[in-house]
Amino acid sequence: MRFVLRRLGFFLLTLWAALTLNFALPRLMPGNPAVAMIAKFKGGVSPQALHTLEVQFGVNTRHSVISQYFSYLKDVATGNFGTSLSEYPASVGHIIMQAIFWTLGLVGLTTVLAFIFGTLIGIVGAWRRGGVLDSVMPPVFVITSVVPYFWLGLVLILIFGVKLHWLPYINSYSYTDTPGFTLSFIWDVIQHAILPAFTLLITTIGTWILTMRNTMITTLADDYVRMARAKGLSSRRIMFDYAARNAILPNLTGFAMSLGFVLGGAILVEYVFNYQGVGFWLLAAVNNDDYPLMQALFLLITVAVLVAILLSDIATAILDPRTRDAG
Amino acid sequence: MAMIIPGGTTEPAVPIELTGLGPSAGRSGRSRSPALRALAGMGKAVRSNRKASWGAGLLLFFCLVTIVTAIVSHGNPNQTGQFKVGLGPSWHHLLGTNGNGEDLFSQVIWGARPVLEIAFGVGLASTGIAVLVGVAAAYLGGIWDNVLSLLTDILLVIPLFPLLIVIAGYLNGASTGVMIAVLTLTGWSFTARQLRSQALSLRKRDFLEAARVRGERPIYIIIVEIIPTMTSLLVASFLTNALYAVLFSSSLQFIGLGDPNQVSWGTMLRAAENNEAFQTGQTLWIIAPGLCIVALGAAFALLNYAFDEVGNPALRPVRRQKQPRSLRRTSATS
Repeated sequence: MRFVLRRLGFFLLTLWAALTLNFALPRLMPGNPAVAMIAKFKGGVSPQALHTLEVQFGVNTRHSVISQYFSYLKDVATGNFGTSLSEYPASVGHIIMQAIFWTLGLVGLTTVLAFIFGTLIGIVGAWRRGGVLDSVMPPVFVITSVVPYFWLGLVLILIFGVKLHWLPYINSYSYTDTPGFTLSFIWDVIQHAILPAFTLLITTIGTWILTMRNTMITTLADDYVRMARAKGLSSRRIMFDYAARNAILPNLTGFAMSLGFVLGGAILVEYVFNYQGVGFWLLAAVNNDDYPLMQALFLLITVAVLVAILLSDIATAILDPRTRDAG
Repeated sequence: MAMIIPGGTTEPAVPIELTGLGPSAGRSGRSRSPALRALAGMGKAVRSNRKASWGAGLLLFFCLVTIVTAIVSHGNPNQTGQFKVGLGPSWHHLLGTNGNGEDLFSQVIWGARPVLEIAFGVGLASTGIAVLVGVAAAYLGGIWDNVLSLLTDILLVIPLFPLLIVIAGYLNGASTGVMIAVLTLTGWSFTARQLRSQALSLRKRDFLEAARVRGERPIYIIIVEIIPTMTSLLVASFLTNALYAVLFSSSLQFIGLGDPNQVSWGTMLRAAENNEAFQTGQTLWIIAPGLCIVALGAAFALLNYAFDEVGNPALRPVRRQKQPRSLRRTSATS
């Protein structure tokens, strides 16, 4: 209980730090970027929206920084992130709701797949220590872990999109298709998701495999595994029920945490494939100086990570009694 | 994976120095200082461990290329329209030219320099901050430890890449110096945490007690007694930070948040993407700089992985012995 409370306190503190960072960054930057942004959008948006912007970023206002800060906190608490400038007059909240849907679908599903396959490969690899899988894997994944996501995406586009014409590689569905729950539309969406999903899978599966393999190797040397062997249990039983079950904890907490990274973890993949998720919009906002949208997306991504870390801490406390005493 | 586990599961299980870093290091180097012993172990790893040799070789290669280019060449690789547009690979243009009439080979060569500057700059600076914060927190203890650890932990959980994007977005693109500063300020926390737990495990050791009894000042103890014992962890920290600097800075340059007037692998990729290099058949424009990023990243990663293997023998690859099937079965069940 004390452990959970401590983690809750840490969560609140980091949340506050992230909120404050978000508020302070544009004000700390040399030459206040908000001034340039407001100058750029003058005339493009209604006077009232312009005034809201000035208040939001502390330009041309008589309010003190302290009172700006508190009205900012109030806006965030009530979910009022203002109007998007690049997509004027759509509200920031509206864009975010659409973006979340695509990112959760693509990246969320890929994360689950990477976790399941990676863990299984790691278990088998450690079990057959010295086998083909085990000796090939580590060097291969040292290399894949340094391949930038976006470049791998580009290479896959070259091979499967441009050269072979097998799969579409732009957008999350064809422009000619009307969105809806029809079979052809769903098939279209799946086709568009294959290349970005594959890119993510290749680059993320390695860490699951290596973590599982390394913990599993340590576990396999433990006495209870030897005992299980002495009892003459089947290898399958020892592998999954004795060794893997105890070795999976780091991977499980890592999985809980990686769910938090779903929203912000595929920014470049979404960018390369023009997949209109959270990351795509974050970069669009940055490139168009659309600071309200950018701030809201950054907060969204950060909060998702913080919540996931809190949940994974609680899960660890439930699953592993030793951490509870550590307080 | 280890990069995103802030829950305290990443403490080094055994202080790497205590394992002696390789069998001969302990024998020949008992009287030498721990720092020298650790470095000797790494030197041996570079010569005998294949991963380490590859890593060191690649890194050396890129460094030499950069130095030689800086001395020999005075050309400007970014001059548009220098050559004919869209030439294939030939003796004059090893990688051909792109749609802007720029020689791709010289761009790739020149592009190594900013990447290396960023990698070494961030690697050194982050490690420096991490040592200061981590060791100070562990050694001073009490309120200092609480404050510094909290700061480290908070920075550790804020998603790094989105934060970098937002900062670079406000700055409207970052030159090499700014890039180093931003990557350093946001990226030191992971290694600071590792160094802190290592220093904590040293705190009650006899040689530090002895130094305290001798009446040495804390700053002397930290610099002369504690830091040299952490040499291999410091090298690991440098390699980790350098690797992430290569990947993050290239990514930022690719999305247009770098310095557009400077040739580097990331900005080359951006230019290629903007000019639809694939659709127009200029494949090498994207392949070459990408492979360079992978090779340089792999150099840092391989070195790190190899040194890790030296320090943690359990992870070393097992030599597969050829043996009759019946024997293999008994050895598997025994």
